[in-house]
Amino acid sequence: MRTLRVVLAEDSVLLREGLTSLLRHFGHEVVAAVGDADALRERVTALDPDVVVTDVRMPPGFSDEGLRAALELRAARPRLPILVLSQYVEQTYAAELIDAGRAAGTGYLLKDRVGEVGEFVDALGRVADGHTVIDPEVVRQLLDRRRDPLHRLTPREREVLGLVAEGRSNAAIARRLVVTEAAVAKHIAGILTKLDLPPDADDHRRVLAVLTYLRA
Amino acid sequence: MTARTALSAAATPPWRLARSAWPWRSLAYLLAGMIPAMLPLGLLAGIELLDPGIPALILLLLAGLLVVVAAGPLIAWFDRRRLRLVDRRPLPQRPPLRLREPGTWREIGYAVLSACVAWWLDLGVVMLSLFPPLLLMSAPLQPTGPGAELPAVPWLTALLCAAGFVLLPLAAYPITAWAGARAAVARAVLAPADTDLVEVLRSRERLVDGFDSERRRIERDLHDGAQQRLVALSVTLGLARLQVADEHAAAPLLDDARQQTALALAELRELIRGVHPQILSDRGLAAAIRDVAGRSPVPVELDLRLDGRLPSPVEVTAYFAVNEALANLARHSGAARGRVAAWTQDRRLLLEVSDDGAGGADPARGTGLTGLADRAATVGGRLLLASPAGGPTLLRVELPCER
Repeated sequence: MRTLRVVLAEDSVLLREGLTSLLRHFGHEVVAAVGDADALRERVTALDPDVVVTDVRMPPGFSDEGLRAALELRAARPRLPILVLSQYVEQTYAAELIDAGRAAGTGYLLKDRVGEVGEFVDALGRVADGHTVIDPEVVRQLLDRRRDPLHRLTPREREVLGLVAEGRSNAAIARRLVVTEAAVAKHIAGILTKLDLPPDADDHRRVLAVLTYLRA
Repeated sequence: MTARTALSAAATPPWRLARSAWPWRSLAYLLAGMIPAMLPLGLLAGIELLDPGIPALILLLLAGLLVVVAAGPLIAWFDRRRLRLVDRRPLPQRPPLRLREPGTWREIGYAVLSACVAWWLDLGVVMLSLFPPLLLMSAPLQPTGPGAELPAVPWLTALLCAAGFVLLPLAAYPITAWAGARAAVARAVLAPADTDLVEVLRSRERLVDGFDSERRRIERDLHDGAQQRLVALSVTLGLARLQVADEHAAAPLLDDARQQTALALAELRELIRGVHPQILSDRGLAAAIRDVAGRSPVPVELDLRLDGRLPSPVEVTAYFAVNEALANLARHSGAARGRVAAWTQDRRLLLEVSDDGAGGADPARGTGLTGLADRAATVGGRLLLASPAGGPTLLRVELPCER
């Protein structure tokens, strides 16, 4: 895995330190760790990092400054990968992030996921590589809500769809489910057919297609 | 003496009324009205003595009227004191004495009427009530014999006199009733009922507002404190786990600790959402409703025609209404789908949550719906529920909102 130059924005000092040492542990370089949205904008402009990790809620308003800063950064630098950490799963936020631009990697994860340190760093890597990573919880809610068009899927296909939405490759899904890659490909073809989506080889676009369809 | 006003005392039986203090209080109340009447009467008498010409008379009368108006607050003060004789319910504070205060002018208007006109009526009622029995009672003192109206028949005189004594207690009724009615008018003018109600509503609104900001504070504290610490803890535990080989005895313990941290975080998150949903403050009602609907296990169709933000108490009330309604829908209705519609119309927010379930929702069964109705009432709104057995269920919430 290549070394990533990360700008980290998180207002809780405790968590900022924790995340910094976590990323360092995995060989990444935290070029700046800041505590508010203004500093985030300034540092990103100055340092041009490989990926940005930001909390949603930050000073001064403790509202959604982090997310707004991420959206602004995305507008100014369409190719900058951004991973947003949120204390809550808000589909609105996830949708805003995805709508903001699809040219670069985008991630929206529940903060809890950082405890699964390996998976978290893995997800960060995928975002930096230009993939979309959406928290399984968002996916679960979307699946729950849009039951009608999805009730045709088998439980296994739903599981696969959830993993697809998390931005995993067929190989990763196969490992996770302990099946062959060919079986995964068959499931995905089945899902796309059942959802009337044209098959596509590109993981990233496949995720977006699924999410776009689910949001509609 | 259980009655609290003369008017309610006037409804008690004669033997009780006659023995109570109410007729005397009423009489005192009505006669005390003569005291402020002295002012206009005195002025009139003074003007009369001057014997002015017509133009001067008009000027003097106008000046007299001005004097009475100027004395209005004083007369109103007196009338408030006087009111205690026949109405024991406390009056609200006097409005501050200001030219731009509507309460002040209402008081003055009442005082002028009371001093110039109303006392005539009071006096008339007292006279008419007392005159017949007193006249009868005075029979022995009346001239008798030829030429007089009363024949010189002793037993007739005694009978008439006795009738007077019997009738006198009955005079208590018109006097008490009239005093009660006058007091009711005085109270209606001096303490209009709706100012009381508005004040109560406002204080309830303030209370709910206080609760809301308190909830927001708790949410913020939990978010900035416990939640961040737990996340940091989970990172530390994750890193610690990386340092420990899978075969090490501490490995399963660390895994267990991580799992428990994850559970604690999940529980804390749900708790915080119940206290105050962050998205409601951030993005407003429409986004928050979308969020709740997205969480519902029953598919929910949305028809939200809301643009811009609504006042915070309205948003919070509406949000918790939808939250409760959708929870009930998922738990009890057995519905296959639900629908939430929200729009503003005539300065009101209208909210409808409907489903195709079994109906039969009963507000008395749980505290959820009644709590919501109470909440809606505090912001001057209301909650309507139609849920016949067999369904469907429709919950409608109307909340006033000034935009």
